[in-house]
Amino acid sequence: MSFKEIIDQFNIPAQCRKYSLPLRQCPQFLFVVMGFAIGSTSIITYVLGTRYIVDPNTVALIVLCLTILLFTISFVIIRSLERIAEANRLKSEFISIVSHQLRSPLSNLKWSAELLASGRLGEMTGKQPEYLHIIKENIVRMGELVSDLLTVSRIEQGRLPLQKTSFSLKEIVESIIEKFRPYAEASNIKITFEAPDSLPQAFADASQTKSVVENLLDNAIRYIKGKGEIRMVIEDKGNHLLFSIQDTGVGIPEKDQKHIFQKFFRSANIMKHQTQGSGLGLYIVKSIIEKSGGKIWFKSKEGEGTTFLFTLPVAQAQKTVDKNN
Amino acid sequence: MAKKILFIEDESALQKTFGEVLTQEGYDVVKAMDGEEGLRLAQSEKPDLILLDLILPKMHGFEVLKQLKDDEETKDIPIIVLTNLESTDDVEKALELGATTYLVKANYDLEDVLKKVKNALGD
Repeated sequence: MSFKEIIDQFNIPAQCRKYSLPLRQCPQFLFVVMGFAIGSTSIITYVLGTRYIVDPNTVALIVLCLTILLFTISFVIIRSLERIAEANRLKSEFISIVSHQLRSPLSNLKWSAELLASGRLGEMTGKQPEYLHIIKENIVRMGELVSDLLTVSRIEQGRLPLQKTSFSLKEIVESIIEKFRPYAEASNIKITFEAPDSLPQAFADASQTKSVVENLLDNAIRYIKGKGEIRMVIEDKGNHLLFSIQDTGVGIPEKDQKHIFQKFFRSANIMKHQTQGSGLGLYIVKSIIEKSGGKIWFKSKEGEGTTFLFTLPVAQAQKTVDKNN
Repeated sequence: MAKKILFIEDESALQKTFGEVLTQEGYDVVKAMDGEEGLRLAQSEKPDLILLDLILPKMHGFEVLKQLKDDEETKDIPIIVLTNLESTDDVEKALELGATTYLVKANYDLEDVLKKVKNALGD
């Protein structure tokens, strides 16, 4: 470790920012706290030592040894914590770099496929359009995966942009249902939606909330096998809105339920039915809802279906909170 | 006379695909592979529109944009920024420096970009 690196270690706020960690979890801050603890322990040992031990040299030796021992132990612990934090930071950075680098070749593929499909280079014949369609679909899939990875790295670096405004959750849900209806009908799935006529506006990021509802509806449709039903409800709970989406799908096995919001996690039973999917959707959904000041949870029974529920603050309640602050 | 478009982009594949579309639409396309070449061609060719990528070799797109807007001869040429950078800071900075439109490549179809080009040229 060079001299400059040691000096940098003392710039605690900068170190916390580097690791995107709150102060109380930042290795350097913990080191300072440990330092105070060791200092106080040494003083207490000294006070007790002078009272019970006659020889001042023995007291000094005991205090010195204890201090060195505690200091070494804490240094080793803090160093390993710092290594973990560093590994975590590198992982986020890696995801961010990889996904950014993937975007350029993806744009090239996308535009080349569009150019072929446009007929500007001549009409395609026979089965050519069908195969070009496969290429285009998979470019879209890869694009979505890359964009999910970018969102995850933004969440981990604490840089997910949330522009909070007042908006109608009901209108967002209605427009999403319209968009998904043909897809649901194709799989013989009926979607119903209930919401009171007068519903207060939600206060959150409208476009992120839209992606949350889209993600939950997409999951619900995807994990219903054969004929089924999806029931969406919004309820007014005073200072927040409660949204729920209930499906008659495959459900989540009990042993997997505690992992469902972890990133890259995919339940064993859905791997049997459907292998597509990155396991990032629900992690992103949870982060968005929590950053918007809401909560998200679910109820599920394997073979019977799943209900996801989330809350979002109401615009009026948000204003009152702001005033109180 | 055909309108002239300067396309500053270091990805040759993108230059080829979108360049093809623009040529087919009857535009005269001048291509530059880096920031310095782009700036030089903007001054010598006096295009009617510039398509500008941001991450470019030799000179960053923001610097190209700034110099184009500082120069009396080129300051009125509409500039469409066409990039994969999508942070709000980048968008704000480009628009502040005088870009007409900011498009994120990954979010736009080829035909949509063509529409934006036609709009900017008043076609």
